[in-house]
Amino acid sequence: MKRTMTFTLNGRRVRIDVEPQEILLEVLRDRLGVKSPKCGCDKGDCGSCSVMINGKTIRSCLVLAIEVDGQRVMTIEGLMQNNELTPLQQSFIEQNSFQCGFCAPGIILSATELLERNPRPSEEQVKEAIAGNLCRCTGYQPIIDAITHLTRVSVSHQDNEKRKEVRP
Amino acid sequence: MSDLKFVGHDEVRIDGKAKVTGAAQYIDDLEFGPGLLFAEIVESPYAHAEIIGIDTTKAERAEGVVKVVTGKDFPYSFGLYMQDRFVFAQDRVRFVGEQVAAVIARDPVAAKRAARLVKVRYKELTPILHVEDALKEKPLLIHPNLKNYKHVPWFYPQAETNIAHWRKVKKGNMEEGFKEADLVFEDTYTVPRYAHCAIETHGAVGLFDHSRRLTVWAASQSPFTQRNVFAEALAPLGLSHQDVRVIAPCVGGGFGGKAGVSMEILAAALATAVKGNPVKVNWSRAQEFYNTYQRQGVIGKTKIGVKKDGTITALHQTLYWDAGAYVEYGANVVNAAGLSATGPYRIPNVKIDSFCVYTNLPPGGPYRGFGYSEFLFGLESHINETAKKLGMDPVEFRRRNAIKEGDTQTYGGHMNPSGLLQCIDKAAEAIEWGKKAENKSDPTKVIGKGFACFWKAPAMPPNAASSAFIKFNEDGSLNILISAMEIGQGVLTVMAQIAAEVLTVPPSKIRVETPDTDRNPYEWQTVASHITWGTGNAVKKAAEDCREQIFDLVARALGKNRDDLYLENECVCSRTEPDFKQPLRDFVINGFMMKDGTFRGGPIMGRGMFMPEFSSALSDPETSQGGKPNVHYTVGAAAVELEIDRETGRMRIPRVVVAVDVGKAINPGLVKGQVVGGIVQGLATVLYEDMRFDEKGRMLNPNFTDYKIPTAMDIPEQVISIIVEVAQPDGPYGARGVGEHTMIPAAPIIANAIEDALGIRMKSMPLTAEKVALAIKTQDTK
Repeated sequence: MKRTMTFTLNGRRVRIDVEPQEILLEVLRDRLGVKSPKCGCDKGDCGSCSVMINGKTIRSCLVLAIEVDGQRVMTIEGLMQNNELTPLQQSFIEQNSFQCGFCAPGIILSATELLERNPRPSEEQVKEAIAGNLCRCTGYQPIIDAITHLTRVSVSHQDNEKRKEVRP
Repeated sequence: MSDLKFVGHDEVRIDGKAKVTGAAQYIDDLEFGPGLLFAEIVESPYAHAEIIGIDTTKAERAEGVVKVVTGKDFPYSFGLYMQDRFVFAQDRVRFVGEQVAAVIARDPVAAKRAARLVKVRYKELTPILHVEDALKEKPLLIHPNLKNYKHVPWFYPQAETNIAHWRKVKKGNMEEGFKEADLVFEDTYTVPRYAHCAIETHGAVGLFDHSRRLTVWAASQSPFTQRNVFAEALAPLGLSHQDVRVIAPCVGGGFGGKAGVSMEILAAALATAVKGNPVKVNWSRAQEFYNTYQRQGVIGKTKIGVKKDGTITALHQTLYWDAGAYVEYGANVVNAAGLSATGPYRIPNVKIDSFCVYTNLPPGGPYRGFGYSEFLFGLESHINETAKKLGMDPVEFRRRNAIKEGDTQTYGGHMNPSGLLQCIDKAAEAIEWGKKAENKSDPTKVIGKGFACFWKAPAMPPNAASSAFIKFNEDGSLNILISAMEIGQGVLTVMAQIAAEVLTVPPSKIRVETPDTDRNPYEWQTVASHITWGTGNAVKKAAEDCREQIFDLVARALGKNRDDLYLENECVCSRTEPDFKQPLRDFVINGFMMKDGTFRGGPIMGRGMFMPEFSSALSDPETSQGGKPNVHYTVGAAAVELEIDRETGRMRIPRVVVAVDVGKAINPGLVKGQVVGGIVQGLATVLYEDMRFDEKGRMLNPNFTDYKIPTAMDIPEQVISIIVEVAQPDGPYGARGVGEHTMIPAAPIIANAIEDALGIRMKSMPLTAEKVALAIKTQDTK
C-alpha cells in the first residue's frame, strides 16, 4: 500500500510515494539518486549510511522512509553552501582524514552535528561523537585531528574577534 | 635531491574534494538504467558435501525471475596462481557459503525470494576444519583432482594429500648451525583467521551486450588481472581478451580483500546468461566475511640456535597454513612467507617449510601483510624469548643480528640498502626503551614495553608490470592514465607528485582517475605495496618521455639547442638564453605556428613502462636457491608501551611507535596515514578481532556486532610515526613501498609487552583481555 509523503531533502521539497516497509537509505539512494549515504552493513553497525534528520545524525538503514514524512533530511550533498566546502570538510582535506573515503560522508555529518551542539568539544567528546562510524583505513586519529584542529582554529579566531572588540 | 619541489612534500590529496563532498563514486553508486537485473546467490549450508541434484523449477517460475543458473551452466575453473576455484560449485561444495546456484531477477527482493526456492540435495562429507586433520595419514581429500590443476611453475602441489603447495628453503648446514649454538630451543605459535573488513563490501556488475562484449564494473584492486582471469575462465564461451573490459570506480577499502578475483567472476559469468541486461551482484556484510578471501591461519613451529654472544646460528621454521577451500591466491601467501620467514636477520643456516593446507573453511587469500604478520607473531615472540634466555636485552639482540646491505637472504639473493638499524634505534628511543614505566596511582595496573622488527618484500610474479600514459591538455594541465587503484592509500596523489616533479606542472593541475581497461594502460594489480615503486617508475618514465618530446619539439620548431633546455614552472627554459621562456600551455596540444602558417608538433603524450627484469621465481624446488623472487624488502621496527589491568586483563596503549624505511617518502603525510591506519588495524587483530567457526564450519560472527573492529574509542593514545629514508636505488626518487608493513609488527609488540609486564608468554592469538586475565589467574594460583 503506497503512501505519499513529503519531506525536505537538502533544502528542497520532495514528494514521493513509498511502500510502508521501504527503508530510508534505499529510497535516498535508489529512488532519489542521493548516493553519499553508503550501505556498509545494513544493520546499524557501521554508520556509513548516516544522514541528518532535523539536525541529528541517524543511521538511514534503520529508518523507514515514511518516518521522515514532514521532516528535514540532510546528506553531505546538502552541506556545502555557495559551492564552498565547510571548514570541517576543508579540515578533512588538510589533515588527510580519509583514505578510501567510503566512511567520510557519514563521519563528516556526525562531526558536523557535534560541532553544532558543542563548538569546543574535548578529544574524548570527539571520539564519542564518531564512535558509531567505522573507518578501517585511517586509524581515526587524523579524523579526530581534523575536528579538534578546527575547534582550535575557531577558538583562536573567536579570541581574535574578542580582542578586536575590546580595542578602543 | 633536496631541491625537489613536489616529491617529499605534503601535497593535498587530489581526490580530497570528491571524497569529502560525497561526489566520489563507488561501485554501488553507479547507475545502470531500467534494464538492471539483480542476482541472489544460493549458498552451500555445508562445509563439505557432494551435490546430488539441484531442482530450479520452482524458482524459475517465481515472479520477477529472469534466469536461474547452476554449476552445470558454468563448468569452469579459475584462479590466479592455481586454477582450483570454480565459478559455481560443480559436484562438491567445500565451504559454508560457497556459491551453488544463482537467481537473476528484476529486483533484489524477487531474487532473494526465489533463491529460497532452489532445492539442492547434498550428501554430507566430513568437514576438515583443522590443519592437523587435513594432514593426518590417509586424509579425506578436499581436492582429489589436485595433481591435474594448472598452476604457476613455482608451486609444488603434493598429489594425494591436502597439501596444495610446499615451499622449501634450505640454506647452509642446519646440523652444524645447531651444533655451533650454545642454546637451542623451539616453540609453537598459533595465529587464527582474520577478515579485512573494508567498510565497502564487494560488488560487481556485468553486462554482456548483443555484440558479445563483456563489461564488468567492480570494486577492485586488480582490474587487469580480473580482465585476464575473466577472459581465460570464460574462453569456452568464445570470449577473448579484447572482448572483456573491466571498469573500476573508487574502492571503499581493499587491504588485499579486493585483489585477484573472488565474487567478481559471478558478475562476469551471470552477465553471459542474460545477454543485453546488466546484472548486479552485491555482497552483504555476511557474505563479505565468508565468501571473499580471509587471512589464513597458521601454526608455526620455530626452532632457533644461538651463541652466548647473541649470534643466531640457525633457524628452522615450519609453517602450517590453514588455506581454506581454494588456494588459487592463498598459496602464494604461503610461498611468500616461506621465502622470508627469517625476518630481517642475518642467519647463516636456515630451513623453512611452508605448507599450504586445504581445509573446509572459506578460501584464504591476500590480506595486508601477505603472510608476514602471521609468521612474525611467532618469530618475534621467539626472538624475545631467546634474548631473555641469553640474558640479553631484546633490542640489543635484534641489533646484533639485523640484516645489512649485501647480506645473503634465505634464497641466496642479497639484501638491498636499508635503514634497519636506524629504525631500531629510533623506535627504541621514542618508546624510551630501558626506562621502566609504572602507574603509581593504581597498583592494579602494570606496564610493559614490547619491541619487534619487521620486513616485507612485494610478493609478485617476476613479470608483474606497470605502465602509464600521460597526456597534456590545451591549458598545460595533464591527465595521467594508470591502472593502479586508489584504495585509499593516496596513489593518485603520489603519481601526480612524481609527474609534477619531472614536468614542473603542480599536482593541482594533474588529474589521475580510476581505470577502464579499454582506455588505461596495463597494471598487474594494486597489491604487494609495489605501486609507489613499480607504477611510480612507470609514471616517472612517462613524464620523462613527455619532457623529451617537448625538448625535441622546441629544438626542432624554434631552433633551440636541445641540450640547453630544461623545464621550470610549467615553461621550457634554456640555460644559455636566460630570456627564453616558453609556457607549456602554448604548444603542448596545438604545436608551434611557423612563419608560413604551418604548424610543428601536436599533442604531447608520454608513455612509461616498468617490469623488474632482474627478478626470477625459478629456483631449486628443494632449497629455493638460485632465483631472485623478491625485488627488495622494506624494513622497520616498532615498539609499544602497554598498560594491563591485572584484575580484568584490559589493555590500554599509551604509546606505540612505528619506524619504517620507505626509501623516500614521496608524500610524508600519506606515509604517516599508512603508519597510523596500519598499526591500528594490526593492533585489533592481536587485541580483539576473532573469527569463530562452529564444529560444522559455519562462521559464527560474520557481522560487526560480533566481529569487533576498532572504533574511535579503541585507538592508542599516541601513535608515533618515524620515517627513515635510505634510498632504494631502483625506486622513483628512491622510494619503496610502505602500505602493508605498518600492520605487520602489531601482534608481536603486544605479546612482548605482555611478557615484559607479567612474565607470561602468550603463544596463541588473539591476546584478548579475557585470555590475559585468565593467564594472570593461572599464574597467581601457581
